Amino acid sequence: MASTLNKLPGASRLVAGLLSLAVCVVAWHWVTTRHIDLGLVTFRNVPTPADVVAAAVDLATSPKLGQHLGASVGRVFAGFIGAAVAGIGLGLAIGRSRRLEHVLLPPLEVLRPIPAVAWIPLAILMFPSSELSMVFITFIGALFPILLNTIHGVEGVDQRLVASARSLGAGRGRVFTEVILPGAAPGIVTGLAIGMGTAWFCLVTAEMISGQFGIGYYTWASYTIQNYPEIVVGMLLIGAIGMGSSLLVKGAGNLFLPWYHLQRRKS
Amino acid sequence: MNQTSVLERQRVGQSGAGRIDIDHLTIRLGEGVQAFDAVQDVSLSIAPGEFVCVLGPSGCGKSTLLGGLAGHWHASSGHLRVDGADVAGPHPDRGLVFQHHTLFPWRRVLDNVAFGLKMKGVARREREARAREMLALVGLEGFESRYPVQLSGGMQQRVEIARVLINQPRVILMDEPFGALDAQTRLRMQELLLEVWRCVGTTIVFITHDIDEALFLADRIVVMSPRPGRIIDEIPVDFARPRHADLVTSPRFTQLKRHCLALLHPHANIVPLDRLSPLGPNNN
Repeated sequence: MASTLNKLPGASRLVAGLLSLAVCVVAWHWVTTRHIDLGLVTFRNVPTPADVVAAAVDLATSPKLGQHLGASVGRVFAGFIGAAVAGIGLGLAIGRSRRLEHVLLPPLEVLRPIPAVAWIPLAILMFPSSELSMVFITFIGALFPILLNTIHGVEGVDQRLVASARSLGAGRGRVFTEVILPGAAPGIVTGLAIGMGTAWFCLVTAEMISGQFGIGYYTWASYTIQNYPEIVVGMLLIGAIGMGSSLLVKGAGNLFLPWYHLQRRKS
Repeated sequence: MNQTSVLERQRVGQSGAGRIDIDHLTIRLGEGVQAFDAVQDVSLSIAPGEFVCVLGPSGCGKSTLLGGLAGHWHASSGHLRVDGADVAGPHPDRGLVFQHHTLFPWRRVLDNVAFGLKMKGVARREREARAREMLALVGLEGFESRYPVQLSGGMQQRVEIARVLINQPRVILMDEPFGALDAQTRLRMQELLLEVWRCVGTTIVFITHDIDEALFLADRIVVMSPRPGRIIDEIPVDFARPRHADLVTSPRFTQLKRHCLALLHPHANIVPLDRLSPLGPNNN
């Protein structure tokens, strides 16, 4: 069964995927128009697909979309870029130096299991501007995936390549720029792509608590003012943008790593 | 092939550079109770331009000896000298070739070969021109813009050899460089290596556990014992050069091979040891 599915050519795979999505939308339509109530879960207040499409069209044609998107994208990028600089910098240092690893890793290991969302109350207390506290939350969310993948990437560099480079005349500095950095690059790109996803995830939660614009704020505000279709519009928007920006980071990374692509295709 | 310029630059062997003196060398690996002498009291002199094969069973320390020559290990006692100077660390004068290629996967073939010149600060145009010459020498014209992963195992080792040669090393150190290749490719690579060596005249220290390979390539075979690695015999190999594949069927070849077999397998039921790389255990 699985093998025949795997053998489906591109076109039929697309059709299968679209059909499956269509079935989901029809099911959604059915449970919401019939106001199905299963006791444990009820669809009485869940908006129908048609309502959601109408709300989406409304939002798309209103100037508010740009404001919400602009606010969210700005925050994510500020936090993400900060996390990229800190995560890659710290990761390279920790991956290269045993001594730095012993000094820097313990506090980071303590902070790592704390979800970024749990930082929200403290962030509000620490930063006078709510804007900064939201950026901080996205920063924390993106930092650890980037940091850990960078460390992993550096430590995964084949020591024989380092030995070879030294035998070919590379000193410490050149080993770093010519072997360690390119060798760790695939790990760094993976970290950036995951970090971008978590940055969105954390931002949306932060915006639900404070903020006046932003997609998270829009989603939560729609609930408080009982515009239920807009909740789903917000949800879908969050998912699409989170995935889209993650893919964007991965795609940009792959542009710089054509060799890595070849290697993966071969193995 | 217009290779005269390459060859003139490369003929270091004739200038008398590439002499190796190993004097009561011991290299101790591991820490505490696990420490052991990978190489024990080895003395060996290799003349400039000589092709020496070090033959021994797996784990006998022959790769550690090579790692010491490359500068990745320090002598625990004794001395390691190349042209009278103590080996203090890795240097482009001593080119190292591993069993599995160590080409940079992110660099195209041409940039891999030109790497040594880049480290010396040679301008791009010149280093690329010389890298092309080196690739021609190993028969890889037309593959300049491939990535290493797009080449076969034999081609990867040829690029590796070209990358070492471009530095005009006094010594080339090879750690079972053809050990991972299929028999056909291995034979072609051995012939290619002899041809390249004839052109450049560099001293070559070649590690192998394959008796046929050692006999086919070497001027002299140094046989090492299982751990702790010591030299148990030295066998001059005086077959005329250039050598061809049919050499392996000659009576003299068989006779020398029998001698080597007797040295390597005194008892039939020896438990083989883990292979050591020039960088130590677990670094294959």
